[in-house]
Amino acid sequence: MSLLGFLAAHSKLFDQIGIDALLALSLSLSLRAGQLALAQAAFMGIAAYVGSIGSLVAHWNLAESLIAGPLAAALVAALLALPIGRLQGVFLAIATVAFGEIARIVEINLPITGGAEGLSNIPNDAGTFLIYAMLLACAGGVWALQAGSRSFALAMAATREDEHAARTIGIDVARVRILTLVLGAAIAGIAGVLYAHANFFITPEDFGFTRMEQILVSCVIGGVTSSLGAIFGSAFLTVLPETIRFLHQYREVSIGVILLAVILFAPSGIAGLWKRR
Amino acid sequence: MLIQQLVNGLFSGSLYALFAVGYTLVFGVLDILNLAHAAIFTAAAFSALALTAAGFPLPLALACAIVFAGILGILLDRVAFAPLRRRNAGTLVPLISSIGVAIVIRGIIRGIWGSDELRFGNFGSMPPFHVGGLTFGILDLVVLTSSLLLVAILSFVLRATTFGRNVRAVAQDRVAAALLGIDIERTIWMTFFLASALGGAAGILTGLQFNSVSVDMGAKIELKGLAVIVLGGMGSVSGAVLGALLIGIVESLSVAYISSNFRDAIAFLVMFLILILRPQGLFGRRAQRTG
Amino acid sequence: METPIALLSIRGLTLRYGGVTALNSLDLDVARAGVAGLIGPNGAGKTSLLNVITGVAGPHDGTIIFAGESIKREATHHIARRGIARTYQHIRLFANLSIWENVSSGVFAHPRRFTHADASAAIERVGMSERDLSRRAGTLPYGEQRRLEIARALAMQPTLLLLDEPAAGMNPQETADLAALIDNIAADGTSVLLIEHDMTLVRSVCRHVTVLNFGAVIARGDCEDVMADPTVIEAYLGAHRER
Repeated sequence: MSLLGFLAAHSKLFDQIGIDALLALSLSLSLRAGQLALAQAAFMGIAAYVGSIGSLVAHWNLAESLIAGPLAAALVAALLALPIGRLQGVFLAIATVAFGEIARIVEINLPITGGAEGLSNIPNDAGTFLIYAMLLACAGGVWALQAGSRSFALAMAATREDEHAARTIGIDVARVRILTLVLGAAIAGIAGVLYAHANFFITPEDFGFTRMEQILVSCVIGGVTSSLGAIFGSAFLTVLPETIRFLHQYREVSIGVILLAVILFAPSGIAGLWKRR
Repeated sequence: MLIQQLVNGLFSGSLYALFAVGYTLVFGVLDILNLAHAAIFTAAAFSALALTAAGFPLPLALACAIVFAGILGILLDRVAFAPLRRRNAGTLVPLISSIGVAIVIRGIIRGIWGSDELRFGNFGSMPPFHVGGLTFGILDLVVLTSSLLLVAILSFVLRATTFGRNVRAVAQDRVAAALLGIDIERTIWMTFFLASALGGAAGILTGLQFNSVSVDMGAKIELKGLAVIVLGGMGSVSGAVLGALLIGIVESLSVAYISSNFRDAIAFLVMFLILILRPQGLFGRRAQRTG
Repeated sequence: METPIALLSIRGLTLRYGGVTALNSLDLDVARAGVAGLIGPNGAGKTSLLNVITGVAGPHDGTIIFAGESIKREATHHIARRGIARTYQHIRLFANLSIWENVSSGVFAHPRRFTHADASAAIERVGMSERDLSRRAGTLPYGEQRRLEIARALAMQPTLLLLDEPAAGMNPQETADLAALIDNIAADGTSVLLIEHDMTLVRSVCRHVTVLNFGAVIARGDCEDVMADPTVIEAYLGAHRER
């Protein structure tokens, strides 16, 4: 089979990998700053709904949705960052999970979001090429941000290692936390709009805690301390159950086992989340 | 009407309490959020189902399934938490590894039983009770009394036994407890057995009450349980019981009196606000902000 | 006794945690040059004082003037950018980051454009340039972690360096090297406030010391005079007796 034929036959799979990779990239920003902020699925959903409603009601084209959706997600993230700014560790994780649930319930109940059945007839115009172009752009953007200001990567790493010490060497930890959350939300938002426009319909359940778990797993398997790792993690996680057919019935089990194995035997991937004090 | 709603709230609240005491107990002792608690809840319900299907009498099947859930809890600790504890992994990594165990448990259940809803026998169709204008099923009563009984037993164990004293000591300060000669690891695995057995009992009772068991049955109570233990103060068993009953009653009242479907968001909104404004919970005194 | 042109000037500083008064109406001056010593028994409030100066602990009563401006209630990272660097009694390096990354974090508070040369210079000054700079800080031996923490602080090119028991856990040779390093830092024009239990070190680098007990100053002045002060001896002996 030719390469193009192969790509065409598996285009749905490749789309999924690309979108998952965007989500993992988005979460990796928060994790690199040591913040287990579990709101990526909600940001994805907010952007998906804003973008889809825009294209269904106001006849936005995809480009307009791709701007408005992520912007809305980033704005919500900026507002969310204020109250959760002082929360640490597990408490931050729980508060962001609660936020995700609130977002999901709002999506079920707003008159404009189509309830539990969600929205359908979303223009199916986000192709594989666009998804990977956006992935490349986002990964490139994150990379450029670090290259442009080398101190940004260091500020994230120092904040992850020890927030207190990071402050006393002059790092504005609050700013690092807000920036990673907002930037992550924008990237998750891009993933959300692409997801809506590659899948024809969306429901609130697409953006629930199960999705959040899946994003976290692909991120941890790839290694949270690098953006590239997050991308490979999601590719691995999507391809694995497809390639190991005999595991198909037990693919969840194999994913869980791999996650545990990474944590227990290859802990350098999650180095920064280990706290010794 | 109002009293009926209150009683209904007690029914669901008592199940939340039974689920949440184990959830919060593990947090209190180890400072970790055990996201596999709901998977054990589900596994226990399925094992009770399998045992009754295999011809076990119901009480024996339930007892075996509860013990099985407790053993699963010990295994969970050995696989996902104990190795990290030895390496002082902090609180975030165990949270992620517990998700790993939850995925494995759910995967095994799905592999054996599939994703569809399954039923126990048809004893769910027993005629309802009428007492003084109130209506409830026999099962509701069984669930309520056994939940409250189990929670009471747990509080007694924690208050009045050596094991309970050890649990409280380990929760306060693990190093000091070790210096006092308390066997930390033994206390921890016993805590996991107890917490998971209670979580399993909650799963079995939930399955019986609704006469429905499915692999996703834990998803809802996992997050609601989180709201309960935040409300009650992370780590506080009595707080979790109060929080659970409160949430059960508020939910049941809002079903009756609030027409909007936003009511499901109330628990999470309250949970979010408490984390930010009063991280020690509604009933707690201890400030526990640092993760 | 007070230096007229103090770099850091603290007046009437009081800090309470719940019912405990950690610092009680404390006055302290750190001169624009040299090494000031701060000693006192355990629990006297020495680390609390550093926490207040760096904006970590608070709120508090009293004034803190640094380089002529009040830094009271300022955010910790702003205080760092004004030129106050510190080390910790219990080492707080970025353990999973390399030696180079730890020192490069001087970039955030450095008064001018931070260059590789600044990082190299800081490593050089603590005598660690022979080390593989990509090595993770957490894997270094204890004494070198202490020195690396000082290097990280120096990389900020601070005007005031706060050292919290830097000799803790060091052997006599390491302590002697540390004394030379502190002398050297002071000679370059950085003011140092040294909290220390090791009296040999305090004697060898400080001329002026302040003694804290129960959050208040009980003596201050020339090193040798203070050591001979009966109040000071009683404070230390009392603390020992209680233990």
